[in-house]
Amino acid sequence: MTATRASLLAALAVLVAVPWWVPGDYYISVCSQILIYAVFALGVDVLIGYAGLVSLGHAGLFGLASYAVAIALASGSGQLGAVALALAVALLGTAAFAALSLRATGIGFIMITLALGQILWGLAYRWVSMTDGDNGVGVAARPMPFGFNLEVASHFYYATLVVFLLALLAAWVFVHSPFGASLAGTRDQPRRMNALGYHVWLIRFYACLFSGLLTAVAGILFVYYTKFISPQTLALTASAEGVLMVISGGSGTLLGPIVGAALVVIVKNVASAYIERWNMLLGAIFVAIVVFMPEGLVPGTTRLVRRAFKLRPNAPAPTGEPAPGEPAP
Amino acid sequence: MSLWGILAINSVAFGGLLFLLSAGFSLIFGLMRVPNLTHGSMFMLGGYVGSTLYLTWHLPFWLAALGAAATVAVFGGVIERLLLRRLSGSILAQVLVTLGISFIVADFCLLTWTGDPISVATPPGLTGGVRAFGLFFTTYRIAIILVACVVAALLWALLDKTRLGAMIRAGVDDPEMARVVGIRVSRLFTIVFCLGAGLAGFGGIMGAPILTVYPGLDGDMLPLALVVVILGGAGSLLGSLVGSFLIGFVYNFGQAMLPELAYFVLFLPMVLVLVLRPQGLFGRHAP
Repeated sequence: MTATRASLLAALAVLVAVPWWVPGDYYISVCSQILIYAVFALGVDVLIGYAGLVSLGHAGLFGLASYAVAIALASGSGQLGAVALALAVALLGTAAFAALSLRATGIGFIMITLALGQILWGLAYRWVSMTDGDNGVGVAARPMPFGFNLEVASHFYYATLVVFLLALLAAWVFVHSPFGASLAGTRDQPRRMNALGYHVWLIRFYACLFSGLLTAVAGILFVYYTKFISPQTLALTASAEGVLMVISGGSGTLLGPIVGAALVVIVKNVASAYIERWNMLLGAIFVAIVVFMPEGLVPGTTRLVRRAFKLRPNAPAPTGEPAPGEPAP
Repeated sequence: MSLWGILAINSVAFGGLLFLLSAGFSLIFGLMRVPNLTHGSMFMLGGYVGSTLYLTWHLPFWLAALGAAATVAVFGGVIERLLLRRLSGSILAQVLVTLGISFIVADFCLLTWTGDPISVATPPGLTGGVRAFGLFFTTYRIAIILVACVVAALLWALLDKTRLGAMIRAGVDDPEMARVVGIRVSRLFTIVFCLGAGLAGFGGIMGAPILTVYPGLDGDMLPLALVVVILGGAGSLLGSLVGSFLIGFVYNFGQAMLPELAYFVLFLPMVLVLVLRPQGLFGRHAP
């Protein structure tokens, strides 16, 4: 347990020290982006990993929160009011989203969430009087909480880090609470949970709300990060990127989505500097991960580490590097 | 009055296109339990391949349409054989792989045919219109409706009157039992996948003179197919026929009356069906 705690502290120290060891504002911004998407991926993972429900419409909820902030600010509301409004709108939207998509599970859930996500995208794109269509909505300035100027890249990074840590803590408490256990129960044995007297639908509904909350928080951070929101943020590719983050890192873990978010954001930023065809690469990574490493990087690495320890107890500790191309059992 | 008449005929024509798109989706979903997210891409690919055959190679329109359908069917068969076959039983993996392929296809189309929309001229012989009941009907839209009816009749005959159709129905109802009685369900999978992909590709080129072919067409059509199948019920031919025409009407009338919210209005029949009858109007079991 102490080893876990030590590595957590070390990870925290690395995260806090980012502005010192990362060269330049651009890369600090990339780190902020990773943290924002990590919060989003945690939200997606609550459903995929712990509720067993794959949502392909989460970018719609993400964008809903972003648009709420941008539109509220554009129509003259204060920063705090805009954020509160965005959280309320996103939670209401999630409730409607969940009420409809939880009519089904499995494939049905995927299809309904996909359709709902596309509808939100269609609204953002075509409801021009509200969203200004393809032109998007800009945000004039980032907020100044307690006089802390968020326009500076490293300041924004720290604000994002605080929100990220809070979100991670919330997700940890959620997953390890009795409610989290009952949620995992509805994933593995919905009928038995039902027979035991649990309200399976309601448990899933609450899980959706929590997932929507994390997604909305990420959406709000995102709109302050880019200071701009357009329908592209709500596209199916964005939802799919969220799912890819979770699957590639490893669903059903809290570290997995964070690693996956880092992987996707880095690949995307690095790749888009050299090639134009990010979507093609995304699709190829998708196919490759699903076919060759369906369990994801984190569980795969954990398994390898465990096996190494078990087979050679006196061997030096493995570096923790994921073994590329290691097929799942 | 004449506006409503024109809207109605456009709705029926659009419904016909949706039927070409969703019949295959519904069959694939009903038989294989695979939500084939490449289906919108198949539609778009059909439009692009068909327009190239028709505009660049100067093939006759119907030949180009058949060529596009055949190309897309072969492509679908390759995907089924090489990828989906390996992942049978793992629904999530199939969803993600089809989604990944749809991104690759979208980018491939952008690379090959550039981002400019390709408008396909109405094929000769189908230009102009017919005046009847004081209304002006575009010939091409009537042709689409006729083609959709013919395809629906052929599919119905295939499913209801032939041995192959009986095997497919058996596979939809109970794949394990169908295997036990000696039906090669895995070969049916390939046939149905090719058929569905080919129909979607055919729909793509048939729709090209009305919708044009543009990047993002796949993302526009896939949710429509999903909504039709959720409405009509998975695996039901009648369901996708009724669902298609319903959505055709809702979409066209929505666009005429609430142009900004047309995409949103689509969602209403889906909500009603999900709340009142989750298995769809003609479906046997919930997806």
